[in-house]
Amino acid sequence: MKGNGTAKQAPAPTPTRLALRSLRRNRAAMLGLAVVLIFSLAAALAPMLGLPDPYQASLAQALEAPSREHPFGRDELGRDLFSRVVHGARISLTLGLIAMAIGAAVGVPVGALSGYWGGRFDLIVQRLVDIILAFPGTLLAIVVVTILGVGLDNVMIAIGIASIPTYVRLARGSVLSIKEIGYVAAARAVGGGDGRIVFRHILPNCLGPLIVQSTFQIATAILWAAGLGFLGLGAQAPTPEWGTMLSRGRLYMRVAPHLTAYPGLAIFAVVLGFNLLGDGLRDALDPRLRKV
Amino acid sequence: MKRLLLAIPVLFGVSVLVFAMIRLIPGCPAVAMAGVHADAQFIEQVRRDLGLDRSLPAQYGMFLGDLLRGELGRSTFSGRPVLRELAERFPRTGELTLASMGVATAVGVAAGIVSSTRRNSPVDNLGMVVALVGVAMPVFWLGLMLQLLFSVQLGWFPATGRGTLTHLVLPALTLGAASAGIVARMTRSSMLEVLRQDFIVTARSKGLAERVVVYRHALKNAMIPVVTIVGLQVGTLLGGAVLTETVFAWPGLGRLLVGAILARDYPVIQGGVLLLTVTFVAVNLAVDLLYVHLDPRIRYVSRGGES
Repeated sequence: MKGNGTAKQAPAPTPTRLALRSLRRNRAAMLGLAVVLIFSLAAALAPMLGLPDPYQASLAQALEAPSREHPFGRDELGRDLFSRVVHGARISLTLGLIAMAIGAAVGVPVGALSGYWGGRFDLIVQRLVDIILAFPGTLLAIVVVTILGVGLDNVMIAIGIASIPTYVRLARGSVLSIKEIGYVAAARAVGGGDGRIVFRHILPNCLGPLIVQSTFQIATAILWAAGLGFLGLGAQAPTPEWGTMLSRGRLYMRVAPHLTAYPGLAIFAVVLGFNLLGDGLRDALDPRLRKV
Repeated sequence: MKRLLLAIPVLFGVSVLVFAMIRLIPGCPAVAMAGVHADAQFIEQVRRDLGLDRSLPAQYGMFLGDLLRGELGRSTFSGRPVLRELAERFPRTGELTLASMGVATAVGVAAGIVSSTRRNSPVDNLGMVVALVGVAMPVFWLGLMLQLLFSVQLGWFPATGRGTLTHLVLPALTLGAASAGIVARMTRSSMLEVLRQDFIVTARSKGLAERVVVYRHALKNAMIPVVTIVGLQVGTLLGGAVLTETVFAWPGLGRLLVGAILARDYPVIQGGVLLLTVTFVAVNLAVDLLYVHLDPRIRYVSRGGES
């Protein structure tokens, strides 16, 4: 296994290039990336694919089994299920991205400053995080949705909020691990302000773990959002959201199992894709794991 | 001891947060309780009965006082005391959570050991693929698919309800699957880590049987991170129980909570969320204490480094 970098003809590989090379050699990660790309493309291009209108009901053909024209069949109102699943990708991926962004946008600066400043600020932030982490994650998201009211936007915010503590912990840990390194002291000696040191000099060097975490976080957000949709707390009726579709479809599970099978399969595939990619990124970005 | 003391401010914070969250829910609980058609005077009376006319700190004081006396109010929906409602439902959720934790630990640790001892073999690869699949599967969807296969098609297990042991099989498998995957991955990497260490080489060179090396020497040392993960999984399991109970019509705390949220039944939401959270905190505390038992090097006397 050690013969990894025997042929050193390439000109001085940068850490990024090393990571990318390791990622490209990781078949599982490449599979994950492919799945993520397919879903992203489907999400971006959904309205341009010439699919049937995902809202167009056709009661006469309700619950129709999959066929060549309708590869996933039709749902309880006769709507084309394939089109609905594809449009669902749009909803779920957007939601996953935004929820992740909310968590990171709040959690990373707070965590980074908490680690950098230490002292009382750090103490208060850490106790707050302890308290929030005392709640099981899904439960917290459910409660926040209850407060904000049912609906897709609120699900996004709720999951974003529920993921803040993870980012706080991660950013704090990363900052603590490198803030004593010489170059940070140098930046301080030159007279850089706290904000500048943390955001220009420290955080860019903590990006690895943050990127990895964000990949997993998108998967978690998609999974939780589908769960909330399934409970009736997320997207509402006609919206082609995967979890909501599942909760309607299960009523017809005995006569038309395709209504439950396909939306669930979509959630599963996209979550698996992000997880595989995340695993690969973690191995690629952590030099200690980069062998094998 | 110190760990126990540290849990107190967390629990206090949890109570403040739950109190605040319940007050933040839009809509007046007095109206919810009195009914939409009640006249203004009656609503005002209900408001006063609930103490909603007092200041927030005063309300929190009342809340905390009631809480410490075990007084959680009455469900605005069924009129029954929340405590009795919770006492009835909690053991059922506990039963489900424990069973799925059993599934997760047994399957996960076994698969992890097998994978780590046959590293990079087909068995290892297959095991890790299955583990990944388990993690990525939405819990409610897995439940529905198991119902479809084992109840509708094969008729082996009842699809919904609670009562006999056969009722428990599908929900426990459903809820435990994701955690089993996580435990399996953790066990594998932890075992691989330990199997590389010097004392294992020593044990092997002493001529000990491979079985003894793996189970007696390696496993015990590899279990520490696994126990952490299992403890953290309890939070996932308690959250996932809400979904699993919905799928299998399991009459536990999760379904009570979902019903209460949809019916805006504040006292029940409050009590349910508190109970689930306190359980989670207690389990994590127990895990912390278990470390000392597993690893005598850890002693909670001085302030340790970053964990």
